[in-house]
Amino acid sequence: MSNVRYTEDHEWIRLEGDTAVVGISQYAQEQLGDVVYVELPEVGRKVEKGKEMAVVESVKAASEVYAPISGEVVAANAALTAEPAKVNADPMGDGWFVKLKIANKAELDKLMDEGAYKKFVEGLH
Amino acid sequence: MSNLDPVTGTFSGNRGLQIEEPLIFEQGQEGRTGVDLPAPPKGADRLGGMARKGAVGLPGLSEPQVVRHYTRLSQKNYAIDSGLYPLGSCTMKHNPRLNEKMVRLPGLADLHPLQPLSTVQGALALIDQVAHWLKTLTGMPAVAMSPGAGAHGELCGIMAIRAALEHRGETRKRILVPESAHGTNPATAAACGYEVDAIPANAKGRVDLEAFRAKLGPDVAGIMITNPNTCGLFEPDIVEIAEAIHGVGGYFYCDGANFNAIVGRVRPGDLGIDCMHINLHKTFSTPHGGGGPGAGPVVLSEALAPFAPLPYVVHGKDGFDLVEHDEKGRAFGRLKGFHGQMGMFVRALAYMMSHGSDGLRQVAEDAVLNANYILASLKDVMSPAFDGTCMHEALFDDAFLKDTDVTTLDFAKALIDEGYHPMTMYFPLVVHGALLVEPTETESKDSLDLFVTVMRGLAARAKAGEAQHFHDAPKLTPRRRLDETAAARSPVLRWKPTVETKQAAE
Repeated sequence: MSNVRYTEDHEWIRLEGDTAVVGISQYAQEQLGDVVYVELPEVGRKVEKGKEMAVVESVKAASEVYAPISGEVVAANAALTAEPAKVNADPMGDGWFVKLKIANKAELDKLMDEGAYKKFVEGLH
Repeated sequence: MSNLDPVTGTFSGNRGLQIEEPLIFEQGQEGRTGVDLPAPPKGADRLGGMARKGAVGLPGLSEPQVVRHYTRLSQKNYAIDSGLYPLGSCTMKHNPRLNEKMVRLPGLADLHPLQPLSTVQGALALIDQVAHWLKTLTGMPAVAMSPGAGAHGELCGIMAIRAALEHRGETRKRILVPESAHGTNPATAAACGYEVDAIPANAKGRVDLEAFRAKLGPDVAGIMITNPNTCGLFEPDIVEIAEAIHGVGGYFYCDGANFNAIVGRVRPGDLGIDCMHINLHKTFSTPHGGGGPGAGPVVLSEALAPFAPLPYVVHGKDGFDLVEHDEKGRAFGRLKGFHGQMGMFVRALAYMMSHGSDGLRQVAEDAVLNANYILASLKDVMSPAFDGTCMHEALFDDAFLKDTDVTTLDFAKALIDEGYHPMTMYFPLVVHGALLVEPTETESKDSLDLFVTVMRGLAARAKAGEAQHFHDAPKLTPRRRLDETAAARSPVLRWKPTVETKQAAE
């Protein structure tokens, strides 16, 4: 899992060749509680690093999901529309949100790796 | 006893006055009816073949069945008329019966908005009088009376700001909104085509002044701030914020949702704000939450007044007049079909006049005192989100529940069994597991003391390891703990008959 990076807003991004898979972290899903709705961007949309990319709604709150890096949406996880519970069950796997064709791989280096993110989350309590 | 209800322990399923009531559609029986009308004469079809062919699906019921059904449903309701309603940021205060008596006076209750102006001079005088009170209390030169509620008032304010900018020949992109804002603030800005730029809160729960200054620029149309904010705290830098936003040519929208904390004590006009909505259904005691409608007049500064929506009341040559067309073409348009929520204006004026200016000042004082009484009485067993005193609402985080296996939601559910509507939960978002309590000035010391006893008791229970009590709550309600996740994921929104009924109740 060394190729997974995290943002301070609790998104994860994993490089798979030229595309990157994006979702929300284990910590994020725990904080949100049961996810009841996910709004995903349409394929082809250009997203900008740090700007809203998707919306996730739980029994507690609705939150924006921000693009960890800039790119173009090449796939969205349609399964989440019917089964938003996947975000809780497997946030790093089946519960992925979108796949991005990324413009600049170097942007990834600026994000936290697993160790740094773990420390970041511990610092939140 | 095999036919005892396993939950209630009674044969009927009822528990004393708590009657187990089926849906009205489940009670319907073909042929049962509350009226006895002669059968319609058979005649030629005058509907051009458009007569309905099937049943409309209404239940067949007798009159006492209908009366009992709705009476029983109303008995399951919780309202400000039945008890303390601590829902934070909602100002659930008592709705005085004098307001209701005034609004039912024949000369006010029977008006039609299209009557000739000469026949409604009293009503226009009343609107003018409410406007006078609002302008005086806020220290602002103008007020738009027509917005129908708080969010509608926000829309009015931001549209006035956009109209003022367009009049200057400018289009600006961004509106700044603090993270602790009501969700309607960013929604309003976005609905008006602006990009929402969030300002972080500082460790004291206020707007971070440095972060705010860093976001200023010539593309900022304005800022939307709630004061006191949704953490129940006064924004001490508000004058500096106003000066800074004006310095870059932007405007200052103040969300007046929490005006109850400062009415009669602070005039928002003195703080440099350009527009602010006032929830008559909060600060001025008109019914709220199912009893509405609301009303959200917007006070406007000199700079924004020319752009106020139509229509508005003026003192004309022959008495009061309504301006329906703006000769200069600067008014941004019309927000509502007619002149605003007339019934709410009557109620609000009854409240203003029965309290007087000294009474309104005392409203703010007592509301703030009550909130601080709760904060002070609970701070040793719960965890206040911020240090110091509060304004009209007391905010706690969930640190006091750490390692108890009890969440804010569980705590709120247990409060239902104690006979209270829960406080606001998980809002504002900037506070972890927030519990926001706004008692308002309505509550007496006895009432607050009982609430405090309950809250202290629940906190002690949670800490004593009685998590199961909280997970099972509520247990004394007509329905027990609901599955909120299933309700949101797969809601059942419509009753469907088990067997298709052949005929409507006719």
